[in-house]
Amino acid sequence: MTNMEKYVKVFTDTLDISEEQTKGLQYTAIPAWDSVGHMALIAGLEDAFDIMMDTDDIIDFNSFEKGIEILGNNYDVEF
Amino acid sequence: MEYTDILNIPPYSMKKEEKETLLTKELAELTELHRENCCEYKNMTDCTGYQRENIHSYYDLPFLPVRLFKERNLKSIPDEQIFKVMTSSGTTGQAVSKIYLDRTTASNQQKTLVKIVSEFMGSARLPMIIVDCPSVVKNRQMFSARGAGILGFSIFGAKKIYALKDNMELDIEALKGFLEEYRGKKILLFGFTFMVWQHFYHRLSELKKQGKSFDLSNGILIHGGGWKKLINDRVSPEEFHDRLQAVCGLNRIHDYYGMVEQTGCIYMQCEYGHLHASVFSDIITRKKDDFSVCKYGETGIIQVVSMLPRSYPGHSLLTEDEGVILGEDNCPCGRKGKYFKILGRLKNAEIRGCSDTYAEMFQSK
Repeated sequence: MTNMEKYVKVFTDTLDISEEQTKGLQYTAIPAWDSVGHMALIAGLEDAFDIMMDTDDIIDFNSFEKGIEILGNNYDVEF
Repeated sequence: MEYTDILNIPPYSMKKEEKETLLTKELAELTELHRENCCEYKNMTDCTGYQRENIHSYYDLPFLPVRLFKERNLKSIPDEQIFKVMTSSGTTGQAVSKIYLDRTTASNQQKTLVKIVSEFMGSARLPMIIVDCPSVVKNRQMFSARGAGILGFSIFGAKKIYALKDNMELDIEALKGFLEEYRGKKILLFGFTFMVWQHFYHRLSELKKQGKSFDLSNGILIHGGGWKKLINDRVSPEEFHDRLQAVCGLNRIHDYYGMVEQTGCIYMQCEYGHLHASVFSDIITRKKDDFSVCKYGETGIIQVVSMLPRSYPGHSLLTEDEGVILGEDNCPCGRKGKYFKILGRLKNAEIRGCSDTYAEMFQSK
């Protein structure tokens, strides 16, 4: 599985959405991605990529695309 | 100054004069912002005789009684900018506070909490034991200050478990497994004071008598939400600490004082047992009879001010708690700013606080 596939899978599994829904998705745009869903999403990504994110990055992670940027820039995840 | 710049100031680095200048400027601006955007706030402050030119210090600013947020929907943003409405914990039949947040204020609250708490536990996220039951955040209908508190602190946890099952029984197997997995590592524990006492300490103590003990000597416990029930049971903060240490070796224990009306700006207890105001907020104690400012060492009603609230006029509030300011800039722990002690609730004030409202329900069962 590519990193992008893994990344998308965490979103679709954790938030119970389809792959089409992930693109452009913003924090709190759907009920499942509220503050509770957010912590579950972070936990899922940390497991999938075996990383530990900084608190600042968890707070700044506010969209599907922003997450790619954060993982790419700060955690050496290549997309 | 933008709040993002304020966030870069180390939380306990600023001396009295410098902090007073900063707070006066920022809080005066917030007062104007809320007067422009919240008509009820403008009317109320007009009634108190507020005039911008008479504000020479943040001590001169008007303050709202905290219970006003129960009686009125006070906000300084149009409805389409409401991102989240936080509610206070309340016992059945009590009105709850409603705090309207926009994205910016909500995000600043979380960032402020991170800055403050990191000063006590370090910046690395830790394995975390939440001393509560999972349903408190899962059931989003009952999501209140208690859930929000747990969620706000969850950011400090890397791997997390809930120590209690939904029936409030200690989850012994989960706790055992978790402690084995992270043996020798620093662990964060978070919970509300009464929950920690009633469902964690008491059970650990029973288990210890049966020969089963748990080692939490690497743990840091952060707890808050009110002491009322424990005061009624004659458990002092010292005894709380000593008994927890005796039962599981837990030695680093920090109480905190905070409220949903000013989420984020919590007052953490230092190694010397003092609650500390960070650079982001402050407390003032006022006399009961005329609301004039108390001297340090004198008991008064606590007023809290915070530079955080932009979406609702909650930057200067009179609480229903009594306390005493012990000093400023000279706590032996080295942190700058005021340090103080909470003495309890004003007589006839409502029961509030995540720990206290739960304790009240527990008692009446």
